[in-house]
Amino acid sequence: MSEPVESIESVKSIQTPIRLEYSYTAGRASTRFLKGMAEGRILGQRCPECTKVYVPPRGSCPRCGVATQDEVEVSGKGTVTTFCIVRIPSESLSIKPPYAAAHILLDGADIPFFALIQECPFDDVRMGMRVEAVWAPRAEWSASFENIRHFRPIAEPDATYDSFKEHL
Amino acid sequence: MRDVAVISFAQAPSVRRRLDANEVEILMPVVQEAVARSGLPRREIGFTVSGSCDYVAGQPFAFVSALDAVGAWPPITESHVEMDGAWALYEAWVKIQTGDVDSALVYSFGKTSMGDPGAVLNLQLDPYTVAPLGIDAVSLAALQARALLDSGRYTEKDLAEVVARSRRAAKANPNAQLRGDVDAARLLAEPYLASPLRRHDCCPISDGAVAVVLAAGDLARKAVKRPAWIRGIDHRIETHDLGLRDLTRSPSTALAGEKAGARTGKLDLAELHAPFSHQELILAEALGLGDGVQLNPSGGALAANALMVAGLTRIGEAAKRIHEGEANRALAHATSGPCLQHNLVCVLEGE
Amino acid sequence: MGQACAVIGVGQTKHDVKRVDVSIAGLVREAADRALADAGLTYRDIDAVVLGKAPDMFEGVVMPELYLADALGAVGKPMLRVHTAGSVGGTTAIVAASLVQAGVHERVLTVSFEKQSESNAMWALTVHVPFQQAIVAGAGGYFSPLIRAYMRRSGAPEDTGIRVALKDRKNALKNPYSHLVFPDISFEQIASSPMLWDPIRYLETCPSSDGACALVLASAGAAKRAPNKPAWVHATAMKSEPTMFAGRDQVNPRAGRDCAAELYKKAGITDPRREFDVAEIYVPFSWFEPMWMENLGFAKEGEGWKMTYEGATALDGDMPVNASGGVLSSNPIGASGMLRFAEAALQVRGMAGEHQVDGAKKALGHAYGGGSQFFSMWVVGSSPA
Repeated sequence: MSEPVESIESVKSIQTPIRLEYSYTAGRASTRFLKGMAEGRILGQRCPECTKVYVPPRGSCPRCGVATQDEVEVSGKGTVTTFCIVRIPSESLSIKPPYAAAHILLDGADIPFFALIQECPFDDVRMGMRVEAVWAPRAEWSASFENIRHFRPIAEPDATYDSFKEHL
Repeated sequence: MRDVAVISFAQAPSVRRRLDANEVEILMPVVQEAVARSGLPRREIGFTVSGSCDYVAGQPFAFVSALDAVGAWPPITESHVEMDGAWALYEAWVKIQTGDVDSALVYSFGKTSMGDPGAVLNLQLDPYTVAPLGIDAVSLAALQARALLDSGRYTEKDLAEVVARSRRAAKANPNAQLRGDVDAARLLAEPYLASPLRRHDCCPISDGAVAVVLAAGDLARKAVKRPAWIRGIDHRIETHDLGLRDLTRSPSTALAGEKAGARTGKLDLAELHAPFSHQELILAEALGLGDGVQLNPSGGALAANALMVAGLTRIGEAAKRIHEGEANRALAHATSGPCLQHNLVCVLEGE
Repeated sequence: MGQACAVIGVGQTKHDVKRVDVSIAGLVREAADRALADAGLTYRDIDAVVLGKAPDMFEGVVMPELYLADALGAVGKPMLRVHTAGSVGGTTAIVAASLVQAGVHERVLTVSFEKQSESNAMWALTVHVPFQQAIVAGAGGYFSPLIRAYMRRSGAPEDTGIRVALKDRKNALKNPYSHLVFPDISFEQIASSPMLWDPIRYLETCPSSDGACALVLASAGAAKRAPNKPAWVHATAMKSEPTMFAGRDQVNPRAGRDCAAELYKKAGITDPRREFDVAEIYVPFSWFEPMWMENLGFAKEGEGWKMTYEGATALDGDMPVNASGGVLSSNPIGASGMLRFAEAALQVRGMAGEHQVDGAKKALGHAYGGGSQFFSMWVVGSSPA
């Protein structure tokens, strides 16, 4: 028997799960950086025109629009230029909030590197704080950003505001 | 309307899979070459616009990192369409027509090999009633090819001849991917991929990038010897509902061609963006292209088809032949969407 | 530049966290129908359609202009789809205006939208792409360090952001289309809301909305026949800069300053704070109001927060900002930029209803996107340029 259309409950929504697989290519610059990571080194590239050092390197200087090739190794120590305290959980992280996420200007680099600060009370984190990279155990190293677990404070006097304010 | 010309064109060779470089690394030399060939200093180009698709690149905001290839400093006037670069060129042409700028850099990139283009393009379909059926681009094209053959206007042999001609022409194109001498009869002996289409009736999967520079009036004349003037450009979209269309014809291409002035003069060549062999027949018919018009001297999309790139490439290839004095009047076409839903036609001419 | 262009129709949807009552097509139609009705036109009268939206991953539909061609009456017409990240709504309006200014078309329908509830916006914004650093903290986590940098540079009082949020949320009560509506909103309520990414609190943050905005843009000739007062486009500008480079100022980006400078030059504006009657600017986190006041030249560097503090940016202030409630109240990402442009147009047409700024004759529409790197702006006025 057929029902009048009006009496049929209308469909409000449907779920259509989508699954797509992609193969990503690191590209030359990222490959160099990640191989450096596998060796416990932080590698950047210097722009031939403006001479700034980019970490992680991108194969090009976004400001000058030219290819970058000169490799520069930078220190695992750096300065917090700015930061925020994250209080909401993230799907991709196992760390429980609150935690500090900071822009860190590594010694020798000219752009800050985004990373988490751990091993200190989150409200100790401040602009100018000196920090160092904390690496995973050597046996766990692979060609990945994750070799550096986080950054932690070091016993050095804070960097002066003037020394990093142009990176804000 | 201002006189606007394509003054330069550069492309990365289309290959099945670029494992050595990411999008920025592929794009940067292409952009640099197009700018160098244009004779215009990079920082004097008034407008920059690109075409790309996040779902091809496997990440949102894919066009943002591509900006690194361009050197957007000091800040530039820049835009982006989530479409084939041919439509980015259209946006650039309009911008120049407003008088706001006199030149534009247009580029597009697509690493089709990263994902499964059939699955990606399935997501172009109506998300509620069609996409969930799981139909892919090749099967849709096959439906269209079946309808075309059933109309009695063409045979499978006509399809094979399009492929053979394209591959042969591609021998002269160092940037094409599939090239060689193939015999139509041998092609017909191959098995079907999705009947009535055989593997060779379908475009290859390609990774590529392309860039073009546009300039207006005297700026174009000063910059290069023989600008390829855009005498007309138009694009039209058809209904998304495949059941409502006569898939054997392309009225949007016919209309765009008419608005672009395709028939107002003799054409030496036509670069038609036909990712499937039968589609070239439909397009040529819609545009009323006679025997005197050389079709796809570059080899067309059957020889190389980087998604989001192949349409702009057709414009570049047509312009190039005018730049080099091989042709005086050319038509270039780009398509988007299932079964030729959206079509752009551009008519180019040497002075 | 080029030929005159006017906004003769504005339409938007009721923005909400999940518009389950409409499909994507239904959502855009709601806005488009309203814009056409305002313009006294039908779909048949439109020459071209320009669609704008942010990443397709927000809905899971690739290149939705293809699917929406029928819903937007675009069959047989030219149709474009613009995507410039968060600024897209503004850029889309500019591209649509270009078509009229170039003399290519007489009447253009432009629609921007996002139906974020259909996919997962948080996921789409933070897809972890291999070989790239994971984005650990979401959009708020990206911007809040910059806000902290602004606070340090300017010495602004810590509750500046709360004051902005209070103002915008009060304004939203006068906008029937607002997604977030807090009838009893108070300073204390905002101050005590959970801190998300220090210093940004929950009630200082934009929502994730489903919504659409539509405009009908017309030539001078077509505008003459419009039933309601047109808003004339005096100038448009867009500027982009790279996301990341050595020495980049992300707090007061040069692309924003250059865009505003170019816009004001084209529009003949020398003192924006005095010459604009109202501004609709893209403020997704409260502190962006003072930051943009400086970036846009309404206030000297380091003093944008004073405008908020003085009440200058309130609805009854001398420089009302976001009378509509802004992005803090409704944020369908693809549409948010066009909503700013649309609200600016409504103001100078005298059609902003309860949140109308009396006698508004010249208004600024502003949008930004990406890592504070893409800017699009326009100036609209009640008289032709």
